[in-house]
Amino acid sequence: MTPLPVSIAAAVASFLLLLIVFELIRSRRLRERYALLWLLTGGVLLALSVWRGGLNTIASWFGVETYPPAILGAVGALFILAVLLHYSTVISRLSDQNTILAQRLALLEQQQREGATGSSR
Amino acid sequence: MAELAEVPVPPSGEILAQLGELKRIAIVPSLNEEASIGRVIDEIRAFDRGFDIVVVDDGSTDRTAGIAADRGANVLRLPFNLGIGGAMQTGYRFAFERGYDLAVQIDGDGQHDPAQLPPILGPVLAGEVDVCVGSRFAEGSGYQSSFARRIGIRLFAYVVSAVVRQRVTDTTSGFRAVNRKGIALFAADYPHDYPEVEATVMSVKHKLRLREVPVVMRQRAGGASSITAFRSVYYMAKVLLAIFVGLFRRYAVPLEEEHHR
Repeated sequence: MTPLPVSIAAAVASFLLLLIVFELIRSRRLRERYALLWLLTGGVLLALSVWRGGLNTIASWFGVETYPPAILGAVGALFILAVLLHYSTVISRLSDQNTILAQRLALLEQQQREGATGSSR
Repeated sequence: MAELAEVPVPPSGEILAQLGELKRIAIVPSLNEEASIGRVIDEIRAFDRGFDIVVVDDGSTDRTAGIAADRGANVLRLPFNLGIGGAMQTGYRFAFERGYDLAVQIDGDGQHDPAQLPPILGPVLAGEVDVCVGSRFAEGSGYQSSFARRIGIRLFAYVVSAVVRQRVTDTTSGFRAVNRKGIALFAADYPHDYPEVEATVMSVKHKLRLREVPVVMRQRAGGASSITAFRSVYYMAKVLLAIFVGLFRRYAVPLEEEHHR
């Protein structure tokens, strides 16, 4: 069985995560679309730390008999991987868009210079 | 073209007369709508030539922008897809900076028939509301939809109605008219991704007066719906989250004209 202090600490930590994410969205520093995965992470970790019997059962499925909270760590790591992967795709898209913006700006500036010299003639 | 159904529409002539000298614009967000965009522009002009038209091309890969420009519409071509929210806000920024008094939103896919504009324009022109939304589900419009879609629509209608303390039936309708106050708000702040639901909530939270009127919408003439079945769960979660968090935000009434006209 999971030691109670571990469950409490894990529950408090995941609740804090949820709270921080919520506050970040509220103050518009984090957009909803990028917060969903974080909220899911916090929610699942909170559920697993509060529902101690469930954590035990899941641990036994995987043959983890000695220390069930290891499952908490594993699930947490999995979610963090998912978040990181998601952000990698976001960064890739942003960098593509950044390229397009820079190119459009260069073309516009050239057009504008052309227009300026054209009108001063 | 779908036929128009029996919705009581105030006499068009009266509405057109009220439009008078108002500086007015139709914002037409479009993504790959080459099949319908031309007709949409023609129909807006057929309704009232006094409407300026701005087509916001949200990164189309077809001839949408070209067709719109050929018909003399203003075309704002976004360098890449921003999503409907970013596109709409671009239109509102244009309307705000050019000093328009009245803006209507009309989708580029042809589902909004400009001939249905009078009931939407009426309350705004009368100064009764700041935002008027054409609803497919308000009494007297008789809309048919798939079962799954109905559930989602019902859920949003229920949540939004509770939040804004006012009955709202069609939260996802993008067929709207707004006055200068609404233009100023939406130019300054417009929701991302799937914006109509949040825009409705935002309007009311900012103390804008909002009303729904029944309209009939047509089947999409071209293009693909931005909401596929695959994304609808994500969509619902995201919008519900936004509404929930929105409850805890403090809202300010938008500043009166900062920019000179």
